Amino acid sequence: MASSLTFHPMEQFTVSPLFGGHEVHWYTITNQTLWMAIGICCILLLLVIGARARALVPGRSQSAAEVFYSFVHNMVRDVTGEDALPYFPYVLTIFCFVFFANTLSLIPTSFAVTSHVAVTGLLAIIVFLSVTILGFVKNGAHFLELFWVKSAPWYVRPALAVIELISYFVRPVSHSIRLAGNMMAGHAVMEVFATFAALIVISPLVGVFVTPLSLAAITAMYALEVLVAVVQAYIFTILTCVYLKDALHPSH
Amino acid sequence: MATEAATKTVAMPQLDFSTYVNQFFWLLVTLVVIYFVVTRLVIPRIGGVLADRKSTIERDIAAAEELKQKAISAEAAYNQALADARSEAARIVEAARAEIKKDLDEATSRADAEIMAKSAESEKRIAAIRDSALESVTQVAHETAAEIVAVMGGSADAEAVSAAVAARLKG
Repeated sequence: MASSLTFHPMEQFTVSPLFGGHEVHWYTITNQTLWMAIGICCILLLLVIGARARALVPGRSQSAAEVFYSFVHNMVRDVTGEDALPYFPYVLTIFCFVFFANTLSLIPTSFAVTSHVAVTGLLAIIVFLSVTILGFVKNGAHFLELFWVKSAPWYVRPALAVIELISYFVRPVSHSIRLAGNMMAGHAVMEVFATFAALIVISPLVGVFVTPLSLAAITAMYALEVLVAVVQAYIFTILTCVYLKDALHPSH
Repeated sequence: MATEAATKTVAMPQLDFSTYVNQFFWLLVTLVVIYFVVTRLVIPRIGGVLADRKSTIERDIAAAEELKQKAISAEAAYNQALADARSEAARIVEAARAEIKKDLDEATSRADAEIMAKSAESEKRIAAIRDSALESVTQVAHETAAEIVAVMGGSADAEAVSAAVAARLKG
């Protein structure tokens, strides 16, 4: 370490037991568990304690809670429609989780929960399964009309059905990889720049130029990552709404 | 230490499948907790506040609309009262004017009659005075003529004098 830079950009993602030990059993409390719990605390802080005044004219914290709530509420109503409002709690749960996991990961030395495909993958599979089951429960066999494009000429419909079917099953993959990939890439890049910033300790001559540059790069990346964290939470949720809409109104 | 080294050397911790069960478990726990927080606390609280606010605003707007209608009707009533008062005032002024005119006409005609009576009386008296004056003049002329004739040494009978005086007075 003294004479050369060693890059470990992926080490930050390691899931390790929080209270000693090396084995990660199914019940082990890990650093990831800790940051999910912190996420829950933040949700409680913003949406429950922040809104405890229940004032007709909201104060600062209540306004923030209401904006957060209304944002998701309007998203469900505008994207999916009035008849999807019963599923609003489900969408709000997903948005709360992804939003706080993403933004909390921006705290230095924290853990990026949503950079793990295990997390986003399970989340996407939950969305995929629940939406598919809901589609069949609500529409029965008519749900299959989602794959049968009636507006197309009859002879291309079978081909389109195959494409639609494939794209439908690819949904959870793209849904989860998009989020995990964005989070992982951003954090890894910042880690690389952070390693370069230490160059001044090893080689003052080169470090004089490289260290300020990499500090500026970290700052810029951080600003971008703030945007990415919020936008990815939004995208994940709005796609959930779009899938929900397909389940409720499958015909093209 | 061997196991630690093994886990540390995985190039991407995301692909360390040995942690997946753990991640799945805690993710599900977290989601369930968030779901309960959202359905039991967040939605009743914030949703309730937003619904209350919406109904309050709608009620206030309705009340404002009602008050506006009241203001409009009050303004109409005020204008009506103003117009009524104006016409009443005009009527009173007209009546007063007519009464004054009547009084004035009456007084004028009475004064005219009085003046007429007084002037008639004056004319009568003037005529009387004139007549008596003429008579006096005739008498004085008779006497004077008789005296003059007497002084001249003549004698004149009264008849001739009066005829001469009458002739002279006519001329």
